[in-house]
Amino acid sequence: MSGSIQGEDTWTVAGRTFTSRLIVGTGKYKDYAQNAAAAEAAGAEIVTVALRRVNLSDPNQPMLVDYVKPDRFTFLPNTAGCFTGEDAVRTLRLAREAGGWDLVKLEVLSDTKHLLPDMEETLRALKLLIAEGFQVMVYCSDDPVYARKLEDAGAAAIMPAAAPIGSGRGIQNTLNLGLIIEQSKVPVLVDAGVGTASDAVLAMELGCDAVLMNTAIAEAKDPIRMAGAMRHAVIAGREAFLAGRMAKRSYADPSSPRGGLI
Amino acid sequence: MNLVLNGDAQRFPDLRTIADLVAHLELDPRKVAVERNLEIVPRSAYQTTVIADGDRIEIVHFIGGG
Repeated sequence: MSGSIQGEDTWTVAGRTFTSRLIVGTGKYKDYAQNAAAAEAAGAEIVTVALRRVNLSDPNQPMLVDYVKPDRFTFLPNTAGCFTGEDAVRTLRLAREAGGWDLVKLEVLSDTKHLLPDMEETLRALKLLIAEGFQVMVYCSDDPVYARKLEDAGAAAIMPAAAPIGSGRGIQNTLNLGLIIEQSKVPVLVDAGVGTASDAVLAMELGCDAVLMNTAIAEAKDPIRMAGAMRHAVIAGREAFLAGRMAKRSYADPSSPRGGLI
Repeated sequence: MNLVLNGDAQRFPDLRTIADLVAHLELDPRKVAVERNLEIVPRSAYQTTVIADGDRIEIVHFIGGG
């Protein structure tokens, strides 16, 4: 998954190749117009979307697809709000019919307070979805053991939470995240918990293939500007990772020559 | 006829197919997905999928989410 020459640095998931390493959510925005503007400012090529009942009392209400257009962005349908494998499969079957593609984001939650994934159920749901031909990017805990099990079961991407969804706390366990990145042969994305640009930089410096975020942009005072900040952050972190950082030292090492002092 | 549509029991004029129901609700069939009694109804089958009294039908679409 490592990049090559600057300007040709792409990443591939489930046979689809992307240039942007920032995936953005489409929830919590003031309206769909702001949402679309933020996705553009982020330079995103993939957006996550949720599947819900149509509001039949007002069929003329604005629809996401009229603003964030499926011909402009790759839609990544999620299973947000699902607590069992069966819920997730049912939701994504409908999403496949609504959109006609197989690339999906699986998230099976455990508890409405922290929204951390139920990993036992997530793994079970993953196997159900793969049996139905889905390509599954999996929201998961930052546990390298479960990450390995997901990959072995056929996950298209491993997407550990940096911190609880919508918490904006940044990466809580860089050690575990590093282990997951090191061991995984499929793309690893930080999904959830990013709060500000430096969190995204850190994720990319650690070697993540991409970052997925929603609240950090949508709840910024200026979401469009933050979307641009995140675009730069992901690029900066990726470039730093590819450049290879200097070694850390315990003591100072002057940048100006010691010799020739007057 | 009576249908349970998106969780609510509702009365409708007699409709024959899913296509009739989607049209009756004034929905754009390209922007929704339909499930009848827990079975997906492919868009290509709206015209041929007959609905019956008491059917449980879900009509969903994409909205914003993370």
